[in-house]
Amino acid sequence: MIESLLEPFTYNYMTNAILVSALVGGTCAFLSSYLILKGWALMGDALAHSIVPGVALAYILGLPYVIGAFFAGALAASSIMFVKKITRLKEDTILGLVFTTFFAFGLLLVSIKPTAIDLQAIILGNILAVSDSDIVQLVFICTTCLILLILKWRDFMAIFFDENHARTIALPVGRLKILFFALLSAATVSALQTVGACLVIAMVITPGATAYLLTERFHKMIILSVFIGTTTSALGAYLSYFLNTNPGGLIVTLQTFIFIVIFFLAPKHGVFAQRRIMRKQSNNSALPYGDNITSLPVDNQSIFSTNTGEQK
Amino acid sequence: MTDGLITMKNVSVTYPGGNVALQDVNLTLHKGTICGLVGINGAGKSTLFKAILGFETPSNGEIRIAGNTVKKALKRNIVAYVPQTEDIDWDFPILVEDVVMTGRYGHMGVLRLAKTKDKMAVNEALERVDMLSYRKRQIGELSGGQKKRVFVARALAQSAQIMLLDEPFTGIDIKTEESLITLFRDLSANGTLVFVSTHNLGSVPRFCDEVALLNRTILAHGPVETTYSQNNLIKTFGGKLRHHQLFGHVLHDDADTRGVTVLTDCERPLVLYGEQGGQKIVRMPEQDTSHESESPPTPQEDKEEKPTEGGF
Ligand SMILES: Nc1ncnc2c1ncn2[C@@H]1O[C@H](COP(=O)(O)OP(=O)(O)OP(=O)(O)O)[C@@H](O)[C@H]1O
Ligand SMILES: [Mg+2]
Repeated sequence: MIESLLEPFTYNYMTNAILVSALVGGTCAFLSSYLILKGWALMGDALAHSIVPGVALAYILGLPYVIGAFFAGALAASSIMFVKKITRLKEDTILGLVFTTFFAFGLLLVSIKPTAIDLQAIILGNILAVSDSDIVQLVFICTTCLILLILKWRDFMAIFFDENHARTIALPVGRLKILFFALLSAATVSALQTVGACLVIAMVITPGATAYLLTERFHKMIILSVFIGTTTSALGAYLSYFLNTNPGGLIVTLQTFIFIVIFFLAPKHGVFAQRRIMRKQSNNSALPYGDNITSLPVDNQSIFSTNTGEQK
Repeated sequence: MTDGLITMKNVSVTYPGGNVALQDVNLTLHKGTICGLVGINGAGKSTLFKAILGFETPSNGEIRIAGNTVKKALKRNIVAYVPQTEDIDWDFPILVEDVVMTGRYGHMGVLRLAKTKDKMAVNEALERVDMLSYRKRQIGELSGGQKKRVFVARALAQSAQIMLLDEPFTGIDIKTEESLITLFRDLSANGTLVFVSTHNLGSVPRFCDEVALLNRTILAHGPVETTYSQNNLIKTFGGKLRHHQLFGHVLHDDADTRGVTVLTDCERPLVLYGEQGGQKIVRMPEQDTSHESESPPTPQEDKEEKPTEGGF
């Protein structure tokens, strides 16, 4: 029994896949805590799509595709910021505008040189099929991201909470924002390989959204989110061995499952908790009234009985 | 010209849409003073603060803070700011004490790890605004006035040499207003420059040493006793002031020709008394009427009216 449970670990590629998935899942989850608070949830999706032309171009030029992806992502993010600064268009409009443009350009490139690129690998991703050199890249990217995030999480929090105040205390807001987008692009590229372009968005939203239901302090939210992201990703990769499924689909399904459980059970913001609070409130307001009902009749009876007794 | 803590020379600010909000502003403010900033809606009070903070870049002129450029001054943590409205996400998972702690970031190392000194500053700041017992509340779970007090505490925690407060009295009860005024006095006694915009015309003589009257440009600036005159105020507000004058013949039957002028922008009125409608500011008594005398029936009477309770 135990032997069969440990069986995936006897294969090198499985062990690698599980560990790398955990690392990627943790990094994306860290970023998700920020994204969901800023209403930037779709940013991850936008970046994942924007990366496609970069990947295509890198394939055509024979460069490691992480580099192409990263530059395309950075370019997309900075165009989004640039357009936002100049016009008054809403963020979602700009996101939609920029990422469809990039994605269209990517498809164009792919159709020009169709054989050079395995588009399936980009769109669906499969951590079980990632080469060793890619794994080295992934580990390097994610570790760097995590270190930078751990060093700067408070500064990012200050900016995401109150950008104007961050300026008055002389945080380098512009530079930190660029750093954040660079980290996000890097994490998106990594997630691309584990779960594919379509599911990246789940990796950078769901863990944060789940953690948000559980706490009112930001550092706890990050810790919970990273925990959820790491465990679900590792577990997803591990289970895919037995179920013989696409690991990306499994990881995201697990994350959603946890979200649903928390959604009902969370101590303060969950469905049941809110019901409980409502009930408690109505009980509280009914309390003095209830007391009267139970005590009054007794008193009245005794009063009446003595009264009537005396009168008689 | 570097003797002032803030020196503005021929400063003009134009918004992107072409609105000229400030034109040729010349203003020098010194340490240890409380200066009131008074003007109609749209006079440019908030813009003036934003220019001092570098949020709006002057199209013309120069601003120096303690001899530095604005950018350097912010780096050196010289300026703290309480904005008129906070444009933030009230659902952000952050507690009151964490918000106030962000005010300390400028004093901390790269990792923003709070030392005992920082924790003490946060406690003290919360204590000063009477919000210590709310320290563990999530920021959105406060009333409007309480939120405002938290942001004052955040600015206090910064221990800056200059405090800019944009209408701190709006939406705040009288007790809090009194304690804020005491706070400003203490700060200025310790050498802080407190620069406060307000619509409470009557409060200005009660707590300001100096007053600056603004309408796109500084119309007058100087000690309250001389500058805060009826003529200057009418120049600043034009016809937009509620304005009542009562002269000698209405007030009494003798030959005394002195009159009373009541000027009010919105809340606390300014009362002037003397010849030609008044040269002298009548200071409202410290213990304001609204404290005690207005509270309707006294508690004793209340009790006497309900003697029946024990009768059952
Ligand atoms: N973001 C902006 N873009 C364009 N014009 C602006 C902007 N903010 C303010 N203004 C204009 O600049 C002028 C000064 O505005 P400001 O907010 O400084 O006034 P204020 O004195 O603070 O008024 P209030 O008493 O209402 O707070 C106004 O005419 C206003 O319409
Ligand atoms: Mg204003």
